[in-house]
Amino acid sequence: MLKIEDLQVSIGDREVLQHIDLEIKPGETHILFGPNGSGKTTLLMTILGYPQYRVTAGKIEFKGVDITHMPVHERTRLGIGMSFQRPPTIHGLKTRQMVQICGRGAVDVEALAAKVNFTDFLERDINAGFSGGEIKRSELLQLMAQDADLLLFDEPESGVDLENIALIGNTISSLLQRDFRIDADLTQKDRRQQRTKMGLIITHTGFILDYVTADKGQVLYDGVMSCKSNPLEIFRCIKQAGYEECVRCTT
Amino acid sequence: MYDMMNEKAAQAKDKKAALGPDIDLSSFTAEPTDHGYMEDLTKLPMIDRQRILESGVDATEEGRSGTYVQEDASVLHAHSLQDGLEVLPIKRALKEKDWIREYYWKLVAVDADKYTAAAQLNLQDGYVIRALPGAKVTLPVQACLYIHKEGLGQYVHNLIIAEEDSELHVITGCATSPTLKRGLHVGISEFFVKKNAMLSFTMIHNWAEEMSVRPRSVGVVEEGGLFLNNYICMKPVRSLQMYPTIHLAGKGAVSRFYSLLVGSPGSELDVGGRILLKAPETRAEIIARAISNGGRIINRGDLIGEVPGVKAHLECRGLMLRGGLIHAIPELQAKVDGVEMSHEAAVGKIAQEEILYLMSRGLTEDEATATIVRGFLSVDIPGLPPALKAEIDRAVEMSEKDYL
Ligand SMILES: Nc1ncnc2c1ncn2[C@@H]1O[C@H](COP(=O)(O)OP(=O)(O)OP(=O)(O)O)[C@@H](O)[C@H]1O
Ligand SMILES: [Mg+2]
Repeated sequence: MLKIEDLQVSIGDREVLQHIDLEIKPGETHILFGPNGSGKTTLLMTILGYPQYRVTAGKIEFKGVDITHMPVHERTRLGIGMSFQRPPTIHGLKTRQMVQICGRGAVDVEALAAKVNFTDFLERDINAGFSGGEIKRSELLQLMAQDADLLLFDEPESGVDLENIALIGNTISSLLQRDFRIDADLTQKDRRQQRTKMGLIITHTGFILDYVTADKGQVLYDGVMSCKSNPLEIFRCIKQAGYEECVRCTT
Repeated sequence: MYDMMNEKAAQAKDKKAALGPDIDLSSFTAEPTDHGYMEDLTKLPMIDRQRILESGVDATEEGRSGTYVQEDASVLHAHSLQDGLEVLPIKRALKEKDWIREYYWKLVAVDADKYTAAAQLNLQDGYVIRALPGAKVTLPVQACLYIHKEGLGQYVHNLIIAEEDSELHVITGCATSPTLKRGLHVGISEFFVKKNAMLSFTMIHNWAEEMSVRPRSVGVVEEGGLFLNNYICMKPVRSLQMYPTIHLAGKGAVSRFYSLLVGSPGSELDVGGRILLKAPETRAEIIARAISNGGRIINRGDLIGEVPGVKAHLECRGLMLRGGLIHAIPELQAKVDGVEMSHEAAVGKIAQEEILYLMSRGLTEDEATATIVRGFLSVDIPGLPPALKAEIDRAVEMSEKDYL
């Protein structure tokens, strides 16, 4: 379980997140909405432990461990994985090597790459000249190798063409143990009980909702969390009335 | 011929070099001891075997087409394992082979500076490696210049000749015994790549902290020839200065330089590369990676386009790991219209963002740093046989403990 209590985060001198509470139980997936600059990426990066996002108050707990001040790689080893919005290029590091790093050497890189149409990119330097859509598939490939328990997705579908959206949507869904095409004979209830993976997905377009059935949705507005409810409803409300209106009527 | 050489050399014996700190040659006075010839190199003491192995020279000679090993001033071993390949000490060649006159001091000027002069006046030995016309010597020839004697000045002269339509790969290691502290190495190398021949020359230097090193290398590539020149120097060295120069003299000749340099505290490296594009359709590329770990590195590159239609690129990337200095000096000279020459130089430190990205995939900060440095140093060298690529990777890996 991920449990965030009264979290406050600053970047430099600027307070970006205020009094954030969030709880993601094993098997749950949450959707995070919010306008540009509202602090969504900040929240994910803080959960991951990037040092420029400074926790000034509050607490983050994962699997019962207080990770508020834990270094990034220890959080990763505890089971947190992230699909980045704008990952850096590392020259001379082949995508194949990166996937091996993610899988601690114990994964079939070829087989995983085939799943996201990424075989042709394995010999390229990681993220070097990757297009927007290619970056998304590369990030998913790394997450598949990583086998994390809490998966954070920062706009996994933005800039992705229509055909690849299905690929990406279905891959995320299966990473979160929500792919109905697998073990089709299981009942909904069985599925829910067996599921352990947790997800937190940032989306602007809402396309991902066509592929991933999420449990909860929330809106981050001006650094404050609000509107905890059904993600489809929230999305509909945002589309019709805009963020400001949507936040006002539900809080 | 030698009298004339000696005369010219004598006149230049105090002539300071254009670049690099001046070295007092008279302070390297140790008398070389004679080590005698060795039929079986595996009889070398293990500690020395290990040391030369780090420079890519394997005493078992497995996977090699020929071997030359010199310790201090004496030739331990020189022989070829393949038809069409000649490996012999230069002193013997000077006595026995008439053709040597076409090559000896033909590219490097004996009176260029005090180091070239001293190499003529104090010549100890050196290797001649020659692939006969049409010979495809696909396994590497290995050559090692090893210094054991404390305070020795080693003066060698090497000739590498790839005759027409031949293929030749040379891996040469220069190293010092683990106990040696101070010494001097002066090495003249002249490269001849004839019509449609291919030569790859991979040099791995493993020096000692108080070593001074002054290689002097010039090569010529004829029509359709290819010369790959790889240089790796990642261990500490007091002072190293070299500026190998290649003349692309025939139509379509190609040369590529790759160098990997690490400047450790107390080390001063001044390493350049110059390629003159003198014939139509010639191509040149110089790629350098320099890491400063507290030492000083000057990395020069000079491309000179003398006829229209040539193409050349120069790239120098520097990584400041732990202080020190990296000075990249890329130069392009176009002497006519219609040449296509470019350069890029970038010096910086490791981006924190890259370290964090790797940490988010499970690596510790140190592992992430090592991974980025390894990536920085991994350059693809098209045309290099896998065995030599493996030697370069091994040298990189082995030096990691010195700077990571
Ligand atoms: N390194 C930084 N220095 C200064 N301000 C920053 C920095 N990183 C983020 N911010 C600011 O923090 C605020 C929150 O940024 P964040 O990236 O979390 O927004 P977001 O909700 O993910 O937006 P988007 O939808 O555009 O991705 C923004 O105002 C942004 O400009
Ligand atoms: Mg964002």
